Amino acid sequence: MSRLRLLATVSLLLVAASAPAAPFVPSTDLQVVERLPTKANDPAAREINALRTAWRREPGNVALAVDLARRWFEQAGVDGDPRYVGYAQAALQPWWNLSDPPVAARVMRAVILQYGHRFDEAVADLDAATRAEPDHAEAWAWLAAIHMVRADYVRARSACEQLEPLVDDVVGTACLAYVDSLTGRASTAAQALRDALREASEAEPAQRLWALTRLAEIEERRGAVTQAEAAYRKAVGLGRRDVYLLAAYADFLLDQGRPQEVLALLKDSERADVLLLRLAIAAKAAGDARGDGWARELQARFDATTARGDTTHRKEEARFALEVLGRPERALVLARDNYAVQREAADARVLLEAAWAARQRDAAEPALQWLRSTGVESPRLQALAARWNAPR
Amino acid sequence: MSLLRALAAALASSLLVGVPAAWAHKPSDSYLGVTVTDAGMSGRWDIALRDLEFAIGLDADGNGEITWGELRARHADIASYALARLSVRADDAACTLAPGAQQVDEHTDGAYTVLPLVITCPRVPEKLTLHYTLFADIDPQHRGLLNLSVNGGTRTAVLGPQAATQTFELAQVSRWRQFVDFAREGVWHIWIGFDHILFLLSLLLPAVLVWRASRWQPADTLRESFWDVFRIVTAFTVAHSITLSLATLQVVSLPSRLVESAIAASVVLAALNNVRPLIHGRRWAVAFAFGLIHGFGFASVLADLGLPRDALALALVGFNLGVEGGQLAIVAVFLPIAFALRRTTFYRRGVMVGGSLLIVGLAGVWLVERVFDLKLLPA
Repeated sequence: MSRLRLLATVSLLLVAASAPAAPFVPSTDLQVVERLPTKANDPAAREINALRTAWRREPGNVALAVDLARRWFEQAGVDGDPRYVGYAQAALQPWWNLSDPPVAARVMRAVILQYGHRFDEAVADLDAATRAEPDHAEAWAWLAAIHMVRADYVRARSACEQLEPLVDDVVGTACLAYVDSLTGRASTAAQALRDALREASEAEPAQRLWALTRLAEIEERRGAVTQAEAAYRKAVGLGRRDVYLLAAYADFLLDQGRPQEVLALLKDSERADVLLLRLAIAAKAAGDARGDGWARELQARFDATTARGDTTHRKEEARFALEVLGRPERALVLARDNYAVQREAADARVLLEAAWAARQRDAAEPALQWLRSTGVESPRLQALAARWNAPR
Repeated sequence: MSLLRALAAALASSLLVGVPAAWAHKPSDSYLGVTVTDAGMSGRWDIALRDLEFAIGLDADGNGEITWGELRARHADIASYALARLSVRADDAACTLAPGAQQVDEHTDGAYTVLPLVITCPRVPEKLTLHYTLFADIDPQHRGLLNLSVNGGTRTAVLGPQAATQTFELAQVSRWRQFVDFAREGVWHIWIGFDHILFLLSLLLPAVLVWRASRWQPADTLRESFWDVFRIVTAFTVAHSITLSLATLQVVSLPSRLVESAIAASVVLAALNNVRPLIHGRRWAVAFAFGLIHGFGFASVLADLGLPRDALALALVGFNLGVEGGQLAIVAVFLPIAFALRRTTFYRRGVMVGGSLLIVGLAGVWLVERVFDLKLLPA
């Protein structure tokens, strides 16, 4: 993008951000002012409303409350709408501030806490839950997940080992393979996961999709492009819509220089912010005219979350600043703050790229340190890191 | 959200309806604008229709679409639901909130009802307290984003269960008040800033005298002395205003130890010049040259006062005018007395030479202290 074009984009965004809201009175009573995500007589809505009614009668019933909270939390996953997480928290209100709530409420509380990136509190709850109930598969799975996000691979692996006997083979294998792939055993991890998938052809589609995506990521990270694409395609081919999978596959295609395919893959996916980000990046790479509008919309959403003091979107906002706006200093601030909380490979990557673009090697040090200490086999990350040593 | 976390969620469910998506969409917020002017208080509260639907139900026919007619039918209920969850107090006296006619507006995550408020308080508040509990029972992650506008200045706050009651000080310092405060600081600084006073005095002492035949002789007319003082004070003022502005606006910055040392040196040189004059006709030029250094000294004082970001120019002008005013007051006292005493030996020998030597001695100690970062004199 030319400097002039960039300037135009940035000023458009500033105008959009500062444009005053203009309230209006609709012209007729029939005018539709809002479309709700669900209709009252949808089967899923009916089910959750029934649960809600039962809970209202007995808000102190732990089993009922945790059931309702879990249903809301799942709904947040289906629609990608964080309001449902707030509803889930409301169901847990009687136990929310207790120091030693019942295990079921405690695990659910941890799930909600980690959603807001309150990892320390979540881990404390999950540790307590697994001490009380060592066979609590859900608690072990969340522990593995949180430790992984924070790059604590020793604890993550130990949680996977606890999880393995409690769940389907493919799930346990994938959990272990994911840790191993980040600690210098990528090719054996990929092999183990491929074998497990072949044997588990009858597994639940959700678990299959999850394991396939994981495999694709492991293959992609170790530079096995063909295998990675095969796994992504198989996962997408299951026909279950999954925002995470779509985002990961889109990133893969962007890296392969195939932005047009991203525009096709994510058609009509603007509602989910992570996918809108990929669309904006792809549009820019492909010179698609819709890019500026997407960028404005994304900026407005980031501004809205920032206004409420929410910081859980910093990784996406860093990529937006770096790859769409071309503002490396801003990107670096966000990437650095994000890396203080989340340390997955994607978090390291955006930090390395932002620090390079902003020409600040010191800022990249935590990610470089992570690369050195873990033995992550990622040609791409290694190449990003190696740039610092090569003559410019 | 990581995929592994998504799996954990999937495991948790017997239904396996799906897996949580990565971060997306917006949590629930309302936008509360409160405007306080001398004429009274008003407000505008934007509340998401989705949240109101969840709380009190708007979609009467259950078809998943909220029409303006359905919404309008619920306006009174919306107002009473919302107003029961917001209270405003002015200095601990309750205010009444009256709803106006609602409109609709779009935010990034959908349509909102726009609820205008007339806020009537028993008195013009100095302290405004808001108690906000909207949706606290059904969505503890809901937040009210407050935009409080007080006579043109705005501040923001996030209201919610984590901080349901918040108090805001409205007794806002007026611009004029700020200006007067900075001017007063300027006056105060020149009066307690002995180095500046001694520098100025060193230059002014000879103003009532003339150097003839290698000794100081009384000046003939007050007019002659006045213009001499006028030139010196003006040159000093112009010079330090330049550097004070440049330093405050961060165009130029010098290390403070260098500045403080140079100020001490300027006092030594100015006073020495009275004992053994090298420059007599053009002391205003000396005042100008060293005035540049003194300006940096003023700037560091101004910076220590804490500059209002929104009123930098105001602070700068106020402080500078204060310095000038303080200076003029000193001159106004000095000139008549010096002129009256100019023929006495006390003035020509005692004050002019003896006083200048005292100043040299004192400023010399400062110079050593500041150059070598020592403490020789008691504070």
